[in-house]
Amino acid sequence: MKQSWEGPLNKIDDYRWEIPKTYNSGMRVPGLIYASSNLLEKICQDQAAEQVANVAFLPGIVGRSLAMPDIHWGYGFPIGGVAATSLDSGVISPGGIGFDINCGIRLLRTNLTIKEVKPKIKPLVDELFRDVPSGVGSKGKINISYNEIRKVLTRGSKWAIERGFGWGEDILFTEEEGCMKDANPDLVSKRALERGKSQLGTLGSGNHFLEIQVIDKVYDPEVARELGLGEGQITVMIHCGSRGLGHQVCTDYLVTMQKAVSRYGIQLPDRQLACAPLSSPEGKNYYAAMACAANYAWVNRQCIMHWTREVFAKVFRSTPEELGLKLIYDVAHNIAKIEEHSLEGKKIKLCVHRKGATRAFPPHHPDVPEKYKKIGQPVLIPGDMGRYSYCLIGTEKAMEETFGSTCHGAGRVMSRTSAKKQARGRDIQQELREKGIIVKAESRGTLAEEMPEVYKDVSEVVEVMHQTGISRKVARMRPLGVIKG
Amino acid sequence: MKKFKILEHTADIGIAAYGKTKREVFINTAKGMFEIIAGGNKDHKENFYDKVKLEADNLEGLLFAWLNELLYIGETRLVILNKFQIKELSNFQIEAEVEGMKINHPSVKIEKEIKAVTYHRLEIKKDEESGLWSAQVIFDI
Repeated sequence: MKQSWEGPLNKIDDYRWEIPKTYNSGMRVPGLIYASSNLLEKICQDQAAEQVANVAFLPGIVGRSLAMPDIHWGYGFPIGGVAATSLDSGVISPGGIGFDINCGIRLLRTNLTIKEVKPKIKPLVDELFRDVPSGVGSKGKINISYNEIRKVLTRGSKWAIERGFGWGEDILFTEEEGCMKDANPDLVSKRALERGKSQLGTLGSGNHFLEIQVIDKVYDPEVARELGLGEGQITVMIHCGSRGLGHQVCTDYLVTMQKAVSRYGIQLPDRQLACAPLSSPEGKNYYAAMACAANYAWVNRQCIMHWTREVFAKVFRSTPEELGLKLIYDVAHNIAKIEEHSLEGKKIKLCVHRKGATRAFPPHHPDVPEKYKKIGQPVLIPGDMGRYSYCLIGTEKAMEETFGSTCHGAGRVMSRTSAKKQARGRDIQQELREKGIIVKAESRGTLAEEMPEVYKDVSEVVEVMHQTGISRKVARMRPLGVIKG
Repeated sequence: MKKFKILEHTADIGIAAYGKTKREVFINTAKGMFEIIAGGNKDHKENFYDKVKLEADNLEGLLFAWLNELLYIGETRLVILNKFQIKELSNFQIEAEVEGMKINHPSVKIEKEIKAVTYHRLEIKKDEESGLWSAQVIFDI
């Protein structure tokens, strides 16, 4: 199935490559890929670039169809794609958000150092594995009614705090303060509620994880200090999304959108790009349902963080407050947002689709928490379980070029089937242990499919964003203990 | 004739399924999907039964609905489905009976979670020359 892409790419500079509008007559805007020449070579090994061109077909798309350096072949949109559409003439596409609505990352700091944590890493991983439900078909330990889940969908992180899952201040350090206000649970199917009800507070499987890390390099000491991060310090990263609820919302609305495409006479090169005008009932309803799934995902990560705090307190016979277990930030990387941007010198409201891309707002932006106003929004970029993850910071440049967006991770380079073949006869868990990383996974299959070499080197991806000024490096984290589904 | 084969896709996974009839290709697509979900864990005695009745605007939409319905049953009832009997099938409607095993049995395990069925490269068609049916579907995992 895999074939390389041979379409035109105009080099703008060492990190920017344009797919001209002339490549395909249906393209309304050009495409732009951010990549080093080395990454570009990998990107062109499959059809991800074609998908960047396909996204440029969307009615009302403005600027360019953008691709971050971690772009890889998805369905409809590439993973690592950003597309902004006009509110009056533009569309919203569930495929431009993905099935796992508000899949995202949160980073928790601690006062602990590597010296204190290293001897306790095994019990920490064991306890976290026990207390945070993970794996396929995992059921949560929160039992809620249909009535209650509707509150989760409307109130988001506030619901979690009111139920004792965390601290009031956590909300301030969550994108959108953990709640999209347009959420309307009446537009979420009974099926989606049913799937979501039993899975609240679960990590899931695949590339989702909970990771204990150590900061091994600080690039910007001043910003790091403002964030409360320093070399040798322990952090915890959580990566998960909206579970079955989000998957079902996307599935339901894909059906609605297939019909909308013919109703509104929209021409598309791939049915997975199915969309509806933002001003249409279909478009508005999807946005309100997507917001529900986004709120669910924030509650999910909030609950998982709460249990993580409890485990640390137990293992270190202390309290989360004493251990300084503060939330640094929580970012969504599969979402669409109505945001204000500058386009050709004018302020305009746009719908920014980020599918495998992270919001990266600059200092003084109204949506950046008060505490970070001077430095900008923290951006959290996970890598694979054998190498690094990064904390970056948003810049003005991202507002000028990428609708305030940046990369979201390493990006896969190897299919799961090839990964399994390559892992045959190897003990991935032992290989990682030799590198000082304790991994506990629900399934051995997941370990093989998620081994470090199936991903691009996240450092290379982050470097592109740093060199282009789209977001700046602050700190690098190395994994010590990993929980996988 | 091969019932189905697993397709490679960088971030996701797909199946190509075959059949002498439309009915057979619907069944083989479902079997392929549960092969991905359960691997070799699906040959136990059935202790779950359900009925399915679905409608769609066209045949591809019906295949999408069929696989999504089975995923939904699997996830919410915690079962692995392995027997599919199609009672009625047109281009717009399907009626079927499905059987499977509950996952609470210690030897029945899910190997991989499929998040959803995608429309990406979704295809179901009859080869006019040979009269054989084939389908292709990509999953988000």
